[in-house]
Amino acid sequence: MSTEMNNVGRPTRLVAGTGAAVETFTGNRALMLEEPLLFERGSLDTSGVDLPPVPPVPDRLGGLARDAVIGLPGFSEPEAVRHYTRLSRQNYAIDLGIFPLGSCTMKHNPRLNEKMARLPGFADIHPLQPQSTVQGALELIDVLADWLMKLTGMPAVAMSPKAGAHGELCGMLAIRAALDARNDPRRVVLVPESAHGTNPATAAFCGFTVENIPANARGRVDLDAMLARLGPDVAAVMITNPNTCGLFEPDLKTISDAVHAVGGYVYCDGANFNAIVGRVRPGDLGVDAMHINLHKTFSTPHGGGGPGSGPVVLSAALAPFAPIPFVRKTANGLELVEEDTAGTHAADSFGRMVAFHGQMGMFVRALAYMMSHGADGLRQVAEDAVLNANYILASLKDLYTAPFASSGPCMHEALFSDDFLDGTGLSTIDLAKALIDEGFHPMTMYFPLVVHGAMLVEPTETESKANLDQLIGAMRHVATQMLADPDAWRAAPHFAPRRRLDETLAARKPVLGFKDSEAA
Amino acid sequence: MRYLPLSTADRSAMLATIGAASVDDLFADVPAEAVLDGPIAGLPNHASEMAVERALVKMAGKNKTASTNPFFVGCGAYKHHVPASVDMVIQRGEFLTAYTPYQPEIAQGTLQVLFEFQTQVARLTGMEVANASMYDGSTAMTEAVFMARRITRRPKCIVSAGVHPHYTSVLKTLTRFTGDLVEAGVPTFTPGAPGDDLASLIAQIDADTSCVVVQNPNLFGHIADLTPLADACHKAGALLIVVVTEIVSLGAIKSPGEMGADIVVGEGQSLGAGLLFGGPYLGLFACREKHVRQAPGRLCGETVDASGKRGFVLTLSTREQHIRREKATSNICTNSGLIALAFSAHLSLLGEKGLRHLAALNHARAVQLADRLARVPGVTLLNGPFFNEFTLDLGREARPVVRKLAETGVLGGVSMGRLWPTEKALAGGMIVAVTETATDEDFDAFEDALDEVMA
Repeated sequence: MSTEMNNVGRPTRLVAGTGAAVETFTGNRALMLEEPLLFERGSLDTSGVDLPPVPPVPDRLGGLARDAVIGLPGFSEPEAVRHYTRLSRQNYAIDLGIFPLGSCTMKHNPRLNEKMARLPGFADIHPLQPQSTVQGALELIDVLADWLMKLTGMPAVAMSPKAGAHGELCGMLAIRAALDARNDPRRVVLVPESAHGTNPATAAFCGFTVENIPANARGRVDLDAMLARLGPDVAAVMITNPNTCGLFEPDLKTISDAVHAVGGYVYCDGANFNAIVGRVRPGDLGVDAMHINLHKTFSTPHGGGGPGSGPVVLSAALAPFAPIPFVRKTANGLELVEEDTAGTHAADSFGRMVAFHGQMGMFVRALAYMMSHGADGLRQVAEDAVLNANYILASLKDLYTAPFASSGPCMHEALFSDDFLDGTGLSTIDLAKALIDEGFHPMTMYFPLVVHGAMLVEPTETESKANLDQLIGAMRHVATQMLADPDAWRAAPHFAPRRRLDETLAARKPVLGFKDSEAA
Repeated sequence: MRYLPLSTADRSAMLATIGAASVDDLFADVPAEAVLDGPIAGLPNHASEMAVERALVKMAGKNKTASTNPFFVGCGAYKHHVPASVDMVIQRGEFLTAYTPYQPEIAQGTLQVLFEFQTQVARLTGMEVANASMYDGSTAMTEAVFMARRITRRPKCIVSAGVHPHYTSVLKTLTRFTGDLVEAGVPTFTPGAPGDDLASLIAQIDADTSCVVVQNPNLFGHIADLTPLADACHKAGALLIVVVTEIVSLGAIKSPGEMGADIVVGEGQSLGAGLLFGGPYLGLFACREKHVRQAPGRLCGETVDASGKRGFVLTLSTREQHIRREKATSNICTNSGLIALAFSAHLSLLGEKGLRHLAALNHARAVQLADRLARVPGVTLLNGPFFNEFTLDLGREARPVVRKLAETGVLGGVSMGRLWPTEKALAGGMIVAVTETATDEDFDAFEDALDEVMA
């Protein structure tokens, strides 16, 4: 009825002509809304929170009351909700479409997990409450730990690391502590040249010296070079499997055995665990420590750059050195081993890595995800993730340079290089920005470093065939057009909330916060 | 399986395109001895939403929640009321399910939020710049110590005994192999100023000192004027690092920047996050502009796009591990973006007026409760000045008292025995936090229960 009323007597008619050149008064473009900074809008006298009155008692601030203006604008609730809703619409997100960032595993974030993480029994409890009042929380950590150990075939897991790089640090600290416990001075850590930058950064942080091991022509660690370098000075090998080229390292078990034979340890970067979860257990490959990004394989949301969560599974050799706190089963229920009982139950622990017990909110989400999939579903996750990546590889390798396609299938991500654009003056970044105009988040660019103009495409298992076909269609279209008429493609994106941004200017004259003088 | 869109027909068609007979062919690189033939033993198969929810609700039900009990636990995590709209904002899929903003043209939402967040944190702490967040307060403190070493090229950091012992413990763990020297003391129960002694910290500063780390309010709730300490640091060429674990305090007390801090780190959990049994929380990191190139973590900066419009990008990334590898200022990669959004949204709802009101309310309520509990026979209030947290000396071991209080349904505070298990002299201490969420009925229940347990 109301629709009819709205239209009666004034039907919309199609009118010829384009509105492209029209400038609007506001700078907005219909649903594309510009939004000023908080500091350009709000007032120091506005608040969107109602609070009870302050009881009239003399203050006990010892003369340290803050008198000067802080400079924090406030907003009523409708203004605040609108500010953030408008800003949100300038973001690409998995909820909007495929987000094929290689090595990042941007899969669907199930909403059940959000709901479970918000149960007051998990969200509204304090890390220092008496342990008798948080037995359910300790149980959740214990059950999640059990899943992680079974999925990886490892006997222990440290739950507290806050993200992948923090987990790497945990694993490498455990290795360092194990070496120190036997007064072993070895300090060399071997890292494949394709490794993510966090690997060498972490090793250096633990006092190790990093040496690179080259890749072979098939994109895997050069086994001969690795074996030749092993010796009594090698503390550990850090290896990513599947590696950063999206390929399985078939020699990992051979490498592990050789590393163990010379008295070293094997650290596996588990960033790409999604490719093998439920199908291969890292423990069977001789790994001593591996972090698991719960925000990748187990779908906890990336949130625009965190929070993550990076539990580390450990071999029997490293387990005694795991950080505190951790959950232990006792006759009276579950106990959190902290400083007071660490001497009894964790005498060799290398210590504490975070103020409290880790990313509980992420634990709940990850466990809800695991329980939803189960052992059978997780196996299917790996299979579909690998199938989707190979479908993309197979559908593009005639047009895009695929440096390792001839060596067989990839795992969960397909690697291309921009060699096919040679002579056009265009490179990976131009292709990525063109995909933005097509409505896609681009793939990972220029990583791994071992391939020229790398494009690493990771679709994940939560994309349908129809979505993949559309991405493939767009990637073929853009590449074909770039080869035909390169000049038309230097300035993309055209339709995003912003054109290409001047990153050089941002770094040369850093403006890292709003200054009131800007408001004119 | 409700999260997997491929149909059996899709899978067959895709395998045909690939030229593989089965999906097993795609795993051909896996050595035969590592191939699992079927689902991993000992784990259940997939489950419905209903079944998962039922199991997790049952687990959650075994915990005593802060909102359903008189609640006074603090020591680095505080129960504050978070406006409903904050959770709505962070559940917007465009924020929740976005990645780190590596493609700035389609991530201006996240980037503008980070720019606003950095500005808010800098203003709140009284500093010039802030980064886009760290994991939590404890890891932020450790990164600050490393930064001070890079700036001063000196090895020794002096940590006040008033710093949360878990923070100091994290610092000690992470400096075991870096060559940094950490000098940390044991707290004292000096009446009127429990925790640390600024004069003795000043006396410890020498030519090897890179920084002094002090918490304000300290673990015991005591607040101090840090200006003399800052002056002493600067005279000796060292930096002052101030840790703030209750960020709401900065709505009432002088900022670390006003007192001369060089680096301010903090736990931002109080605004936006909730208690969450310890995480995910929000590491805050702010410093002087001249030191920013030595700062850890991600930074968001302003720039312009090709058509001259203002926009934001991640910047100064030449400090970071993906460029510098083993020479990076820090190995941090993922940070706490979504919690930074929650913090920023909560703070923009409060505004200056709301934050000051909230802080004044916390303080006044804490003063009221402190005076009531100090009336309980055998209980002594150790604090002179404090914000919303104070320490009681119970004159007997506090840990069993806290447990007994919990049995009566009162989550009454944190015992020193839990935080400093080896220091018997501190065992009588109980730290009590009071926020705007505690009611008069909660006060009554706490006083009565403590009275009973102490009797």
